[in-house]
Amino acid sequence: MKARTLKRIPLNIAALLVFAVSIFPVYWMVLTAFKPAKDIQSSTPKFLPSSISFHNFDTAVNTPHFWDYWRNSLLVAGCGVLLALVVACFAAFAVARMHWKGRAPFILMVFIAQMAPWEALMIPMYLIARDNDLLDSLPMLTAIYFVMTLPFSIVTLRGFLGGIPVELEEAARVDGCSRFTAFRKVVFPLLAPGLLSTSLFGFITAWNEFAFANALLLNKPEQRTLPTWLNSFSNGLTIDWGAIMAASTLFMLPVLAIFLVLQGKVTGGLTSGAVKG
Amino acid sequence: MSASKADAVVATPTQPPRKQAPSGARRASKPPRKPSGIVKSVTPYLLVAPAILGIAFLLFYPVVRNVMLSFQHYRFKQLISRSADYVGWENYQAVFKDDEFWEVTRRTFYFTAINVVAIMVISTLCALMLMKLGKTMRIVVLIGLVAAWATPVIAATTIFKWLFRSDNGVVNWALVKLGFDYEGYTWFAHGTSTLTVVTLLIVWQSIPFATLTLYAGLTTVSTDVYESARLDGAGPVRIFSSITFPILRPIFALVTSLEVIWIFKSFAQIWAIAGENGPINDVRTLPVYAYQQGMSLKLFDMAGAISTITVLILVVMLVFYFRQMFKQEREADK
Repeated sequence: MKARTLKRIPLNIAALLVFAVSIFPVYWMVLTAFKPAKDIQSSTPKFLPSSISFHNFDTAVNTPHFWDYWRNSLLVAGCGVLLALVVACFAAFAVARMHWKGRAPFILMVFIAQMAPWEALMIPMYLIARDNDLLDSLPMLTAIYFVMTLPFSIVTLRGFLGGIPVELEEAARVDGCSRFTAFRKVVFPLLAPGLLSTSLFGFITAWNEFAFANALLLNKPEQRTLPTWLNSFSNGLTIDWGAIMAASTLFMLPVLAIFLVLQGKVTGGLTSGAVKG
Repeated sequence: MSASKADAVVATPTQPPRKQAPSGARRASKPPRKPSGIVKSVTPYLLVAPAILGIAFLLFYPVVRNVMLSFQHYRFKQLISRSADYVGWENYQAVFKDDEFWEVTRRTFYFTAINVVAIMVISTLCALMLMKLGKTMRIVVLIGLVAAWATPVIAATTIFKWLFRSDNGVVNWALVKLGFDYEGYTWFAHGTSTLTVVTLLIVWQSIPFATLTLYAGLTTVSTDVYESARLDGAGPVRIFSSITFPILRPIFALVTSLEVIWIFKSFAQIWAIAGENGPINDVRTLPVYAYQQGMSLKLFDMAGAISTITVLILVVMLVFYFRQMFKQEREADK
């Protein structure tokens, strides 16, 4: 028994090291956000808060257009994901419950779309947006986020639908429900948790997206989203790190909340979408 | 599967015609709706139509536009006049003649290789460690991993810029304390040191997904196998190389190919760290190079050619990934 405990010590030290390295950047962000300015500038960093100040949050919230960025980010991510969810629901139902010519090619197309090289498509997308006078426009970005999150939504919803026995639906139809009513009254309530986690994952993707927001929303400052603003905020000439860390903390809060809501589903959901489909 | 039949849903042998009777009876109470066969055969196509339209317009069209662009002469003048001439392979010839392009390509492959090797080695060790840990320590490690995973990319790049500040950054302070000569070291002034920070950032953010996926795979291996191997006198290295790795090879292959694809096309991390004030010309990878040619230099045609080449390289990687994925699906079906 004693030998086992001794053997465990290096293992537990390694575990603590992994924990420390993983969480330190996040801890440092939150700590800096609450530090008074003199502690941030001091050349010897303080690893524990000596006094808590909300001054940095005050500065961040009062930067011009701060609430515009929040509204834009929420609008773009929310609308894009909602649209993807509705469209994915239809498609997933057709894939999981119906037999039709072209089903296999459709699934293959969705898998390919899921791995789309978006990062290599910024220039053509910029030109398309420009040709249609959609530069600096939130609807264009919403449409991109819709297609970005759509394949993942179809794949995961198809998985969730596959887990709901067809017999339930058939029973409802034997009792006289139409196909649509059977879906609405029987399948939909069972699918709700799947819909929730799918949409939340999509929301995180859209909320964090930087490349297209950066390329397409260049000229009007009030039309930017949070990631692009945060990045330009930290590239300025005079850098207020306290305010930037406060802004980053606020920006991360919704994502952290979603991770807490999803907890156990986090790994299962992502791997079932990314790996097994 | 009898997908060719118009009414395959009803006609599959597992579903006896009993379904027809109640639905017929229900229909009878309503005004007669005759062409139910056509309605039924069209329904799935109507259901997938919005998805197909979305993907066609916002994914396939940009890909096609990208290829078209790479065969045109399209610069600032053409951006204004909105008409461009086709010039054949001229852009590709110019790209392939450019030493810069080869340098960037080489860097992209090295960068991907270093990141993926680091991620896979550390994640495998972390996953094996999670298997051995007690319950409390396992939860502690999982909390740390989820914190890193939940950090948005741009929040992470901002934090790392702050951690690696030259004057009052905590990393320089710690390195000086440990006896290294890093007093006031400017990480973002040189290509290599900037790429080191980007690599640390990407590895830090990628480890949670890889670790948790591998760990999920490890938990499915039955403990009996390990027991008998241990009884036969196999050490931990032997157990890993002869039992754990062969069983988990499909998952290893999948995670590796996913990481290769993700890192090869990474853009946000590099651009956010070095795009505006950093040594971007010494750290750019292919996607960044294409973006820079287009947006900064207005050489949209060159950007198109570079992006098309990038997409083609990614397609090769994707084919490999899909082969792995379908192989695993088939094995799971057995």
